[in-house]
Amino acid sequence: MKTFGGPVLFLDRGDINTDEIIPAKYLTEITKEDLKPYILEDLKLPGFDPKGERTINARVIVSRANFGCGSSREHAPWVFEVNGITAVIAESFARIFRQNMFNCGMAAIELPKADLDLIFSHAGDSDASMSIDIEAGTLIMNGGGKQKSFSFEISPFDKALVLAGGWVDYADKNY
Amino acid sequence: MGKTTAEKIFDAHLVNEPFPGTKVLRLDAVLCHEITTPIAIDDLIRRDKDRVFDPTKIKAVIDHVTPSKDTKTATQAKILRDWARRHDIKDFFDVGANGVCHALFPERGFIRPGYTVIMGDSHTCTHGAFGAFAAGIGTTDLEVGILKGVCAFRQPKTIKFNVNGTLPKGVYAKDVILHIIGKIGVNGATDRVMEFHGSTINDMTMESRMTLCNMAIEAGGTSGICQPDMTTVDYLWPFIQGDFASKEAALADYSQWRADADAEYDQTIEIDVATLQPTITFGYKPDQVKTISEIAGTPIDQIYIGSCTNGRLEDLRIAAQILKGHKLAPNVRGILSPATPKIQQEAMREGLIDIFMEAGFCVTNPTCGACLGMSNGVLADGEVCASTTNRNFMGRMGKGGMVHLMSPATAAASAIEGKIADPRKYL
Repeated sequence: MKTFGGPVLFLDRGDINTDEIIPAKYLTEITKEDLKPYILEDLKLPGFDPKGERTINARVIVSRANFGCGSSREHAPWVFEVNGITAVIAESFARIFRQNMFNCGMAAIELPKADLDLIFSHAGDSDASMSIDIEAGTLIMNGGGKQKSFSFEISPFDKALVLAGGWVDYADKNY
Repeated sequence: MGKTTAEKIFDAHLVNEPFPGTKVLRLDAVLCHEITTPIAIDDLIRRDKDRVFDPTKIKAVIDHVTPSKDTKTATQAKILRDWARRHDIKDFFDVGANGVCHALFPERGFIRPGYTVIMGDSHTCTHGAFGAFAAGIGTTDLEVGILKGVCAFRQPKTIKFNVNGTLPKGVYAKDVILHIIGKIGVNGATDRVMEFHGSTINDMTMESRMTLCNMAIEAGGTSGICQPDMTTVDYLWPFIQGDFASKEAALADYSQWRADADAEYDQTIEIDVATLQPTITFGYKPDQVKTISEIAGTPIDQIYIGSCTNGRLEDLRIAAQILKGHKLAPNVRGILSPATPKIQQEAMREGLIDIFMEAGFCVTNPTCGACLGMSNGVLADGEVCASTTNRNFMGRMGKGGMVHLMSPATAAASAIEGKIADPRKYL
């Protein structure tokens, strides 16, 4: 099982799409590792730098509604994975992106807007980090000397995929 | 309690429900292209599982970058080609026979009412036009589909769209779906099936129904679904005439997939098309739409006609009808990518290609082309394209470029005027 948690990258906008996460011109790469330099290359947000320290150090992304909309490209979760990001927290996800995350043994966690507002209040904290317990369904937000705990739900199937490390081994064993 | 079309298909294909709310379905068609499949193939080889569940149910095509433009894309094509040969996948479409997957596979009769269809491509929802459940999935789901012939889904709820009225002059399926996306938003149908009903849909050709269902994903929808009827049977007849004694018999069989009158819907939305105008996107999200009267005159640099949304013969006919006798405005360039070789050939026979070329269009081979900026037709920073494709995300057609989504008719009128223009004055 992968580990979840660490420094947080805040992306404060809804509808962040897969073309922004990894532009189509890089879909000609055959290995996941080759995608690494192109993470979030086409995302334009005030204060956001795809090559910045915050992006490089991030282990968790926090965003808003409909994260990962657009293309079915699993290159989007992969570019996160090879950059050490194994969890995305958002108000909601596009279906294909969410399933791709769990199929890779990673976590796409939905929280209500009010919880996200509290988490986003740490966006200015240089030490903002999160610890995530998938089995317990809890996450703890740390930053600016404060700590707050949130609970979340993921479906039993998605939890099984995270624990199994992904869908291929699970399916080959069960079907 | 009656059932929706998706519920009927789920019930008929259910393998098991490993966890509450998750249904594993048996697949009738696993579609593959050269961008998302090679990594699945590589991974299967690495896991010592280089097998396919049924080579007759797997269809593959090279369409996104073709003919290959460089070593990387040639390698992707080669991985797919070698795999198709190795596993005796007969329905593999290589250079010369290839075209845009969501136009080519239906044209070959591969999609039937009641089918379950997956592909590592978000616009797989197109195939729901045949009364199928067709969903885009990622490479891992594709890999399991190839290996085991199954895929896991949350049972989607269904939104019913009652689309009624006669389409006004200059208004087409593309305008209807852009209007719907504008109304419900880019996540208005997330985890939902969009089931289309009503007199407008009944009157649509299969091509128009595919345009409609193609963009279900732009509202977050899992699949667009139209109800199978005699139009569906007529389209499929060349492929199914050996299976049924008559068209009426085929219709009777396919009607089992029609939603029940007392089916339960998550939501029902009424659309009256009588007052619709040509509809065009203006921002970087497909739900940012304006009517032609609000956006006419917007400057453009390029016109692109093609893609899985609007690269079919019907689309080329409409655009050519408007372009006939006209030239591209001097400030713009035009690109036409017919979606399949059959469409290209028929367009040549009908003289449509002549009309495009005399207007000054560049005509490419069938390919996904400019739509996602992977091969030809890429925009420069700051350039704007009037496009019949399905996505206007920032950078989609090239870094710093901007795309306005519209019907082939609006694109053709815009080509003549060199700015976004109303097609109705040319009809």
